[in-house]
Amino acid sequence: MTANKTIITDFLVDQMQMPVDIAFWVEIVVVAAVYLGVFALLGLFLVWMERRAAAFFQQRLGPNRRGPAGLFQTIADALKLVSKEITGTEKRDKFLYTIAPYFVIVTALMALAVLPFSQELQAFDINLGVFFITSVSSVAVIGIFLAGWASNNKFSLLGGMRSGIQMISYELSIGMVIVAMTVLTGTLQLSEIISFQQEHGWSIWSGHIPAIIGFMIFMIAGTAESNRTPFDLVEAESELGSGYHSEYSGMNFAYYFLAEFVNMFIISAMVVILFFGGWLSPFGITDGIPYVGVFWFVFKTLGVVMLMMWFRWTFPRFRIDQLLTLEWKYLIPISMVNIVFMALVVWLGLTF
Amino acid sequence: MGNQQFLADKIRTQEYHLNMGPQHPATHGVMRMVLKLDGEEIRDVEPVMGYIHRSIEKMSEHITYKQIIHLTDRLDYLSSHQNNEAVALLVEKATGIEVNDRIKVIRTIMSELSRIASHQLWWAVMGMDTGALTTFFYGFRDRELINDIFEETCGSRLTMNYSVIGGVRYDLHENFVKRVKDFIVHFRKKLPEYDQLLSNNVIFRKRTEGIGILTKEQVIAFGMNGPTARASGFVCDIRKKIPYSAYDRVHFEEIMATEGDAFARYKVRILEMWESMRIIEQLIDDIPEGEFKVKTKAVIKLPAGEHLQRVETARGDFGVYAISDGKKNPFRLKFRSPSFANMHGLNKMSEGTKIADLVVNFSTIDVVVPDIDR
Repeated sequence: MTANKTIITDFLVDQMQMPVDIAFWVEIVVVAAVYLGVFALLGLFLVWMERRAAAFFQQRLGPNRRGPAGLFQTIADALKLVSKEITGTEKRDKFLYTIAPYFVIVTALMALAVLPFSQELQAFDINLGVFFITSVSSVAVIGIFLAGWASNNKFSLLGGMRSGIQMISYELSIGMVIVAMTVLTGTLQLSEIISFQQEHGWSIWSGHIPAIIGFMIFMIAGTAESNRTPFDLVEAESELGSGYHSEYSGMNFAYYFLAEFVNMFIISAMVVILFFGGWLSPFGITDGIPYVGVFWFVFKTLGVVMLMMWFRWTFPRFRIDQLLTLEWKYLIPISMVNIVFMALVVWLGLTF
Repeated sequence: MGNQQFLADKIRTQEYHLNMGPQHPATHGVMRMVLKLDGEEIRDVEPVMGYIHRSIEKMSEHITYKQIIHLTDRLDYLSSHQNNEAVALLVEKATGIEVNDRIKVIRTIMSELSRIASHQLWWAVMGMDTGALTTFFYGFRDRELINDIFEETCGSRLTMNYSVIGGVRYDLHENFVKRVKDFIVHFRKKLPEYDQLLSNNVIFRKRTEGIGILTKEQVIAFGMNGPTARASGFVCDIRKKIPYSAYDRVHFEEIMATEGDAFARYKVRILEMWESMRIIEQLIDDIPEGEFKVKTKAVIKLPAGEHLQRVETARGDFGVYAISDGKKNPFRLKFRSPSFANMHGLNKMSEGTKIADLVVNFSTIDVVVPDIDR
């Protein structure tokens, strides 16, 4: 709670003559509201971007009527989802069925809260930032698994079962890559990771070969973690209908839908923070100007998001055993070796 | 292995049934598969048919041969021209109507165009079944051009109703030759894109190679045919074996493979598109002059007895078998539809595979559900 807190509480205390305790709570509410808004808009924007990107890859136009370049189309879709009746299967486990979407949406929100958009703009700069994001996003699997179980539908159950296998497996290699990058930067705090890169150059440059290997593994595992093609077995439209959220409608479905896109943004943001210098501008061209970092951070993150969309609209889907073979027989051993390799590189001082 | 057996004794899993369909994206229509599953692994597949049964064979007993042609469009709607042609050829053969070269050539070109269109749609959907959604739009982009050609000449894009007894319904449109040539030039450039996008993709290869293997003996035993059977090494192309229309005067290869797996079936269809283009190229330059429809009697009666005509549709051997008692409508009419025959292999293919493989296998046998149920 660095920048935002001081600005808002200072304003409230000095200008509005508000007691410090109340100002603190007001600030929390304001920040939370802003983040909820950002979350919703970000999700809607990413859905729009996905549809435009898909259209681009598939030689068609995509949504282009509502608003400039169809930007308002997803808002219209969201309004439609809000107005839809919430239905469900007759014999569902009502309690679990109802709370399941909130696991997904809340964890996505929590992970979003620690992202450093720029040097000045970060809600919580906790000293275990990377660890916080990974641990929080592993809770999301509970939401998906519960949805699969509680829907009382065999297709949903299969989807939930697959998600359990898939997300838990791929978290391991994400964790290993993070360990390797921590060896390089020497910190788990997101802002510190970026200030390290400010001194030594972006990690993908200063960590060279092991960092590039780590980047590749992170991209693969991150795509799997956010359940997108070629790892969208959880939804697998042609096999399971739509998997774990088959029985969800209206806003309950929209929560899953938005959370999927926000998770993709978070994974991409992690890639940018760990490998591409977060808010830093290329060659330091705009360093020192406040708040310009936001542009660079979002720009780079959307670049990685675009890469993931490119995967989605190009590749076929894995089969469940191939997915596990890839993870347990290739990615985990490689990422383990990569930690040692990175440690050697750092120890011998071979970084830039 | 011993360890696995030990685990299997310790951990007991329960087999369960899963109804895939009648409304399911992978079944390409209204078709239900009752799966017996152990986790993700398939123990048994039981296709349940009849959801789109329209009793076309029974209806055919009450209408004239000219009218039956209209119903055949609705069997395998992606090979509607070949189906029309089969009935037309049957009646022409039985009543001794001689058609001229122009009609034969037009029918052959149309057959091959609809074979390409059908394979394009199959490829588009095949990619989608494996999860690559972009193929759908690539396939439809090129198929649209063929549909436009059909529309110009026949007035219809899917259920063409073009072949009639004694010829074809309309003469070729004046743009036909030019547009077909343009299409061939276009598609010769675009077909390699299909390979770039899907065939050479490592994930796709892993998903299809070695999956759903059928041997030649099994294929013959199940009565399978068409590209599905040729992928297992069964020489069964009706165009080669019992040439009809203008197939005896064109040079083309019967595409074969020996692996018998899902990728072989995929490969055979992709290569068949190249061969179909070759056939069209040989014929399109000199379509003979003449009438597009010979004069026939108003009421056509088949001589009493049994009549059979087989054609090669995009799915395989389509047979029309008619028993006539000399009246203007058949006593009994049987359509031997390739999709129905090919369905039989599905259970054998799915032995020991996963749900995802079932979708791939089902896609590679390329069934059209109205063709199964009739």
